[in-house]
Amino acid sequence: MKGKREVGLLVVLVLLVAACSIAKPIFLDPRNINSILLWMPLLLVAAIGQFPVIVARGIDISTGSIVGLSAISVGLLLKTSPNIPVPMLFLAGGLAGLILGCINGLIIAFGKVPAVVATIGTLTAFRGLTFVVSKGDQIDSNAIPQSLTSLANQGINLGNVTISWLLLIGLAFAVSAYFASNHLQFYRNIFAYGSNPEAAYLRGISPKTVQMVCYCASGTLAGVAGTMYLARFGFANPGSAGQGFELIVIAAVAIGGVKITGGSGSILGVFLGCALLSCINVALTVLGIDADWQLLVYGATILIALIIDSASQRRKVIA
Amino acid sequence: MKRPELIPAILTILVVAFFWKISPDFRDVNYLLANTTIFAETGLFAIGLTLIIISGNIDLSVGSSLVLTSCLVAKFTNDGTPVFASVLMALIIGTLLGTINGLLITVGKLPSFLVTLATMALYRGAAQAMMGPASAKVPQPLKGIDRSDFYGLPYPFIIFVICAIVVGLILHRMILGRWLFGIGTNKEAAHYTGFPVNRATILAFAITGFLVGLSALLMDSRLGVARHDLAKGIELDAITIVVAGGTAIAGGKGTMIGTALAWLLLYFVKTGMGVNNLKAEYQLTIIGIILILSVFSQQIADRFSTIKQRKTTKIEAR
Repeated sequence: MKGKREVGLLVVLVLLVAACSIAKPIFLDPRNINSILLWMPLLLVAAIGQFPVIVARGIDISTGSIVGLSAISVGLLLKTSPNIPVPMLFLAGGLAGLILGCINGLIIAFGKVPAVVATIGTLTAFRGLTFVVSKGDQIDSNAIPQSLTSLANQGINLGNVTISWLLLIGLAFAVSAYFASNHLQFYRNIFAYGSNPEAAYLRGISPKTVQMVCYCASGTLAGVAGTMYLARFGFANPGSAGQGFELIVIAAVAIGGVKITGGSGSILGVFLGCALLSCINVALTVLGIDADWQLLVYGATILIALIIDSASQRRKVIA
Repeated sequence: MKRPELIPAILTILVVAFFWKISPDFRDVNYLLANTTIFAETGLFAIGLTLIIISGNIDLSVGSSLVLTSCLVAKFTNDGTPVFASVLMALIIGTLLGTINGLLITVGKLPSFLVTLATMALYRGAAQAMMGPASAKVPQPLKGIDRSDFYGLPYPFIIFVICAIVVGLILHRMILGRWLFGIGTNKEAAHYTGFPVNRATILAFAITGFLVGLSALLMDSRLGVARHDLAKGIELDAITIVVAGGTAIAGGKGTMIGTALAWLLLYFVKTGMGVNNLKAEYQLTIIGIILILSVFSQQIADRFSTIKQRKTTKIEAR
């Protein structure tokens, strides 16, 4: 049934927040909510990029490296000319991501290399490029203008809770993706391709176009996330910027109910998946769980989400 | 293409010839042999991954299982523990972790990509929760296998070769191998043919777990300490080896010789780049490009051979 998954996720989210705030009332402290809200935008934007790729039966594992490489590129741009206006920085990040995503798309759509292999390859290749481009140097915080970092720590104040500009940008992407996925003919084609590539081809949908657009979009949004990375953290290290991020993104999309075998899923689910992961991350810190335990809980959460998902699907088949 | 392992074989010869020509340091056979000790660890689970990928699955958790096993062994053994006990322990833990993956995939009916993505975080997380920032010392009698050799051949290298041969025989000469190829080609057809799909899949993961345990022992023995943050990203190296060796990522196709040759290829490339003082970051890029190029060249070779086949079938049809 459509929408069931989203309701389930929402229930889990509410239960988690309730449990945490009963255990530790400080969980609902404005400052804490702020830190949850700061966790989300990067993840959200990258996950919205990953979404069409997975719907079209592909996967983009190179996301983490694209985030890193575009963050470094934007940082280098700022080093040479510090007075670039902020929107141009997002454009530059998106452009860097577009080029990298385009490379992925060319390899997969025209080279006919399986997506997993191609993007594992570009994951390492782009990470290497990050070092080559930056010559191994970190982009320091003094290279990043106030106007960019203020996006992360300023915004609309609702009481003591700050909705940062960064989150608003992320939400803007989410809302436009939501409408695009419901109303854009091409986005529906991606779903059609994902549920049955051959039927879609016979229906006149070009697989190459679908794949190119998906990977370019994923790359572009990862590039935008790269600029957001700079805004949020205020520095970028060629080794650690975006490292391992791809797994968090894929986990968020998978928890959001997008079928990893393609053809189904919703932007709302992805949004809730991102929110859930952000809450879990902050909850771990608030509940005083030792930082060393976080990865374990994190892995267990993904696994439990998967098992619940498959159990609920099986029941549906019987009924 | 009939013989996908031709590509890594040709590439290996080219790479060796290239480095042999440009760098005198590369021509030291003793150094080349001694250097295999590190690569044998990656090679061991590339062998297991070959089985898994042929069956149409994937295992991203090998690096994390390796770390968890090596940490457990280092933590719960001390200088008094007999060597065979710690060896047994590592192999059992490794096999167990692999079996858990296999059970989740078959009994839980979950895609292997997601399950092993989760256990990748879970296993490394367990190691981190257990160890914290500390490192555990490996007991004395277990140390130093990388520095011992048998008539000039380092033991890790010998272990790798033996495992490749044994698992290669399992894959190409035994019923389990036929099952795995069948499952990888068409899971439903394999099921209706009467292949024990679940049992074979679990076995493939258990064998990989066993090899991971072995690999963990080698790493413990080489480093002398175990930490939770070792061997990061090593699963990508292993997947690179398997895929460059001509195993189809979608399953149903592949050979053990291909994996062994691709292991050799990656080893020569990495060693050659190291000898020539190439920066680690350039090495990363080159490895990534090699992975894509080798798959790409296989695709092209495939296309040519299908064109040929079509022509011959047309002729036969006449």
